[in-house]
Amino acid sequence: MTATPATRAPDPPAPAVRRRRGPTRADLGRPLLGALGILALLALWEAVPRLGVVSDRYLPPATDVLAALGVRATTPGFWTAVGDTLAGWALGLAIAFAAAVVLGFTLGALPRVRAYTTSTVDFLRPIPSVALIPLAVLLYGTDIRSTLLLVVYACFWLIYIQVLYGVADVDPVAEQTARSYGLGRLARVRHVVWPTTLPYLMTGVRLAAAVALILSITAQLIIGSPGIGREIAVAQSSGAVESVYALIVATGALGVVINTGVRVLERRVLRWHTSVRGEATA
Amino acid sequence: MNHQGEHGTMLKVTGLQKVYRGGATEVEAVRDLTFDLAEGELVCLVGPSGCGKTTLLKCIAGLMPPTSGTVELAGRPVTAPPPDMAVVFQEYGRSLFAWMSVRANVELPLKEKKLGKARRAELVAESLEAVGLTAFADAYPWQLSGGMQQRVAIARAIAYEPQVLLMDEPFAAVDAQTRADLEDLIRAIWRRMGVTVLFVTHDIDEAVYLGERVLVLSSSPTVVQDDITVDLPAERDQLTTRQDERFTELRARVYAEIQQAKNSAKGAPENPADGAGTGAARASTAVH
Repeated sequence: MTATPATRAPDPPAPAVRRRRGPTRADLGRPLLGALGILALLALWEAVPRLGVVSDRYLPPATDVLAALGVRATTPGFWTAVGDTLAGWALGLAIAFAAAVVLGFTLGALPRVRAYTTSTVDFLRPIPSVALIPLAVLLYGTDIRSTLLLVVYACFWLIYIQVLYGVADVDPVAEQTARSYGLGRLARVRHVVWPTTLPYLMTGVRLAAAVALILSITAQLIIGSPGIGREIAVAQSSGAVESVYALIVATGALGVVINTGVRVLERRVLRWHTSVRGEATA
Repeated sequence: MNHQGEHGTMLKVTGLQKVYRGGATEVEAVRDLTFDLAEGELVCLVGPSGCGKTTLLKCIAGLMPPTSGTVELAGRPVTAPPPDMAVVFQEYGRSLFAWMSVRANVELPLKEKKLGKARRAELVAESLEAVGLTAFADAYPWQLSGGMQQRVAIARAIAYEPQVLLMDEPFAAVDAQTRADLEDLIRAIWRRMGVTVLFVTHDIDEAVYLGERVLVLSSSPTVVQDDITVDLPAERDQLTTRQDERFTELRARVYAEIQQAKNSAKGAPENPADGAGTGAARASTAVH
């Protein structure tokens, strides 16, 4: 390293322009092992009722269940139910998200008000959403709003608490930098507080997405609002055991799709964050 | 103190005092500081560690109100971060926004200044060019080495076109070779842009090598203990300047001043916080 740094070539051999590396053998092996695991589980599930270890009245063989699912998947009623479940999930999550972000950012900026509300939050937060089922029925009957009430209540706290943590985590050096460069209050919220909060927010959303599905199904199952949950209840009361299992498998698949979707979203939104970006060069 | 020379006063600090109050305890970080910087001067501020350098800098930057005293920038009192002042912090990793590319980091303050798109692009290109990072405009700060990150922070500061550039121990966290490069970079930028620079450091060699003037601060509670004019040639070089006899003399003088500051602090029982100063200053002179 000599003389005039202003005209000198930049430091080490360009770690910055390194592209994402291709999948290694370990990366390829993992999904393969996962697929093998599922096959083994299906084989076991097939064998147990076939060998008579468990009566197929309680546990029909995997092939029967998958066949039932295949049949159901050709009926429009099934897809309406899936749509209703997803609508309750998405709408509830969206309402909870919007409310939690607005309230979280507002109260995060007002420490006094936040202190004033902390005890109330600590009381309301642990109330299990399912305890509100009678209230939901009383208010909305079997309408989708019953589902929404449960989903929003559970998801709101999950996201809200994360937003509060995130807003409180703003780095003082980043804050001072922003102030010294003349960024006003709103500009600091947009360029400093919001990005700082994002990793927390995404954690809240990931947890809430799973919880929203659980409560959406629960509400349909117990209250009887439209959706897969209600289909399960109907199948159960009409003794269609294969269908009950088929619908349970369908909810599981829905969960996997949702979780994968949220993970992809998280990786995109937080590509700059330590949890996603992999190793930074020192 | 009269260093105005043929230029006007750019930065004027008068009777600055800062007392931190935390419940029953009071800590007087800065007692009574008065000094000024002429337009286009490069002044280094050294002092034993814990002498309130960072406190002083935050008061000057308008990030923190002083308990008493005033700061004036080009004749106007500083009460909030002034639009013609830029700060480079020591913690470049936290000062740069990890969620923005190098370009966006440099451009953000310019957007807040409501500059047009073409002018912004021009300033970003010029400043990245000046720090030798043109090829890294689209990288994220965390993909760069520490020295490169600090250069991004410097680029952001000069793109802002400040009249005064404040630097708070900007090179304390980079390795010795990178540090030497960055020192020369600052000299080059200062000479080319004619900006007024206040450079805070705990490193005596760095202060003498960089500055046209060195202000030596006492231990906390801090006052200006000495004001030394560095009469070295404007063209400086890491090798020859540091071997220059005059450089050695000046360094010895600053070193003696700092020793004196610490010893007087030891004598005064109300300042127990600065025992660590001795080791730090000794270590830093031993680096080179």
